[in-house]
Amino acid sequence: MSKRVGLEASHAAAEAARMADVDVIAAYPITPQTHIPERLAEMVANGELEAAYIPVESEHSAMSACLGSAAVGARTFTATAGQGLELMHEVVYVASSMRYPIVMTVCNRALSAPLSVWGDHSDAMAVRDTGWIQVFCQSNQEAFDMTLWAFRVGEDSRVLFPVMVHFDGFSLSHVTEPVILPEQEEVDRFLPRFHYPFALNPDEPMTHGAFGPPDIYSEAKIAQEVALRKSKDVILQGWQEFGDIFGRYYGPVELYRTQGAKLLLLTMGSFSETAKIAVDTKKDKGKSVGLINLRLWRPFPFEELRQAVKGAETLIVFDRCISFGGPGGPVSSEIRSALYNEKRRPGIVSFVGGLGGRDMSVKDFEYVIDRGQEIMEKGSKELYETVGIRGKVSGIRG
Amino acid sequence: MAKKKLKAGTDLTWMDMDVGNIVKEAGSASARRTGDWRTERPILDKEKCNKCALCWLNCPDAAIRPSKEGFYEADLNYCKGCGICANICPVQAITMIEEAEK
Amino acid sequence: MEEKLIKIGKNHVPEEEFVAEGHSFCTGCGEALALRLACKALGRNVIIANATGCIEICTSPLPVTSWQIPWIHTLFENTAAEISGVEAGLKILMKKGKMPEKDIKCVAVAGDGGTSDIGMQALSGAFERGHNFLYLCFDNEAYMNTGIQRSSATPYGASTTTAPAGKFSIGQITWKKNLPEIAVSHNIPYVATACPGYPFDLMNKVKKGGEVKGPAYIHILSPCPTGWRSPTDLSVEISKLAVETAFFPLYEVENGRYKLNVDRTNLKPVEEYLKPQGRFRHLLDGEIERIQEHVNEEYAKLKAKVACFAS
Repeated sequence: MSKRVGLEASHAAAEAARMADVDVIAAYPITPQTHIPERLAEMVANGELEAAYIPVESEHSAMSACLGSAAVGARTFTATAGQGLELMHEVVYVASSMRYPIVMTVCNRALSAPLSVWGDHSDAMAVRDTGWIQVFCQSNQEAFDMTLWAFRVGEDSRVLFPVMVHFDGFSLSHVTEPVILPEQEEVDRFLPRFHYPFALNPDEPMTHGAFGPPDIYSEAKIAQEVALRKSKDVILQGWQEFGDIFGRYYGPVELYRTQGAKLLLLTMGSFSETAKIAVDTKKDKGKSVGLINLRLWRPFPFEELRQAVKGAETLIVFDRCISFGGPGGPVSSEIRSALYNEKRRPGIVSFVGGLGGRDMSVKDFEYVIDRGQEIMEKGSKELYETVGIRGKVSGIRG
Repeated sequence: MAKKKLKAGTDLTWMDMDVGNIVKEAGSASARRTGDWRTERPILDKEKCNKCALCWLNCPDAAIRPSKEGFYEADLNYCKGCGICANICPVQAITMIEEAEK
Repeated sequence: MEEKLIKIGKNHVPEEEFVAEGHSFCTGCGEALALRLACKALGRNVIIANATGCIEICTSPLPVTSWQIPWIHTLFENTAAEISGVEAGLKILMKKGKMPEKDIKCVAVAGDGGTSDIGMQALSGAFERGHNFLYLCFDNEAYMNTGIQRSSATPYGASTTTAPAGKFSIGQITWKKNLPEIAVSHNIPYVATACPGYPFDLMNKVKKGGEVKGPAYIHILSPCPTGWRSPTDLSVEISKLAVETAFFPLYEVENGRYKLNVDRTNLKPVEEYLKPQGRFRHLLDGEIERIQEHVNEEYAKLKAKVACFAS
């Protein structure tokens, strides 16, 4: 019988790793991820989880230890946030290039300087190109579900890619929400035992990580790129199987009341739940508006996005990160690029807010909807506008 | 003797790449004949040689092989001509000569 | 399959090669020789984690490999962390019955750069956590693979490309970082120094280190004709001189107890060791004297430790 408990997203993710019978955890503590390694360490100490917990001495070593453990075929898990994700940056690329199916939950945190332990998406956006499968969670339930799903997909022999599960630091990681936990038997049906086909073993000596001279590097990279894109099939299959067993169905994009809407708002992460309420409020007042919650980030869901915006005139994209001196918020730049060649596409308006733990309220999203509409009609001097910044923002020219 | 056929990077298309670029064939680099680096090569005086095998032990390239007669001789496919064998031979049975010499 | 052995004096050395011929180490490379010997001492049942450096580059050019044993390379500074993951992974998989029990030794292979500088943190962490692994530092005393740049293991007075001898400099102005002592201070069960000039000593130590339960560290002086600017045929002889001048003493520390493996009463002057190496050729008598004093001092300290903590 599945049970409904109050859990922080951190504890939900730890619980998912436990139910997945993870073998190795190599993690370094960093706010706001700390509750994940703490809970896992506790589980190991109490015998609730039989795993090797490696208390590494930095995040760079955390991901490095994960490479080693995945290479011998152990089910491997880690977690980090913000600066920690940055410190392991070079290793993150290696995990994908060497095709090790590591699962990592990231409690999205702003990047220094100034130092901020609070939530935004700049850590996630800095690892866009690392070649991991990446999803953004909207709630603690999703944090649990996506962590479990991540093992299923990453470890599939047709995939063999590491998976990043993003959820907002503090607003999800440290907030208790009701989470439905499945039966262990259901998890065992969903998640097959991990068999890594190229495990390092003296019985069959292989070389992992040979270097790539110029006459072969390009071929290696294209092979990785094509394989990542192809993994979409298994990503969707994984979600289908998840729904069939656990009753919750997920997709690359989630459409909230978008049917016939002329104006669409696109958000990611926990702000989507807040934005949905703003959509309800506006709809009650007769506005033609809907919300797209972008869940699958990599490989980017081009097909689903293009389908979702068909018929809309305005698409407002909300970013929780600045791409300094660049083409606007990272997500809005990618959305623009994804829609550029479409014969019919909505006009795109870009907003940035929620940086370094600055909250966005329902009223803030109502403002975004109204101001977004206004910008669509009358234009704006700025490449993107901001929400909740004290002082009139100018000088962001496109 | 170089047994394996040399696999050049330029033979492979992106579709030929193994997952994660893992090399499954152990020791496949032995197809590379590093002997062509040589400017000098060792000559063994079998009269002097006492078959102590120290030359075999001290070759950085594993190029010295035991022969059927019990001597230890350089495989010229791989010998880079460093001269360590000549230097450490306790009975001076090995001399290095110019590669161009016959 | 029965192991074929070659008898040399009282010793029996496996004939099998674990790093296949055809690798691209320089002519006369002391590191290649030391690696070859170390692998013979370890055998097949190993997993090697290798840092970026000469060994890695010379043995693993896609699409081929020289390695005939399981091997992984990822980055430069993370070898000790990587091998920690390998070790923990194997241990837990066997404990949980997910893989058959088998004695597989986890071995980390790195150069002086990847250990003494960029790899120090990961090494210290792995020692402190007490993983069951053997760390082999192949020390050619500079970042040789990238073109002879200085490391913290470069000896005083040596000329490298980033600490070159010049009008206003003698080259390296700091004394070599004492990595074996750093290892000893972590209270690990086994620490040793070795060099290819004493091949049986090297192989015995590697075998011993491989049998230790817990962290073991062996520091292997690896002469580099290219970077040391020495004749290619002298790599073994030079490493012997390093020991005979006490420039690089051979010793072991087992659970904190010191043992000197080669103790000569009549040490050769360091000048004999420095002379064949072009990287020291700019040194004046006064500087060589300074080096001799330092060597004497360090050797005396070592002998005091041997006397104090005799095994």
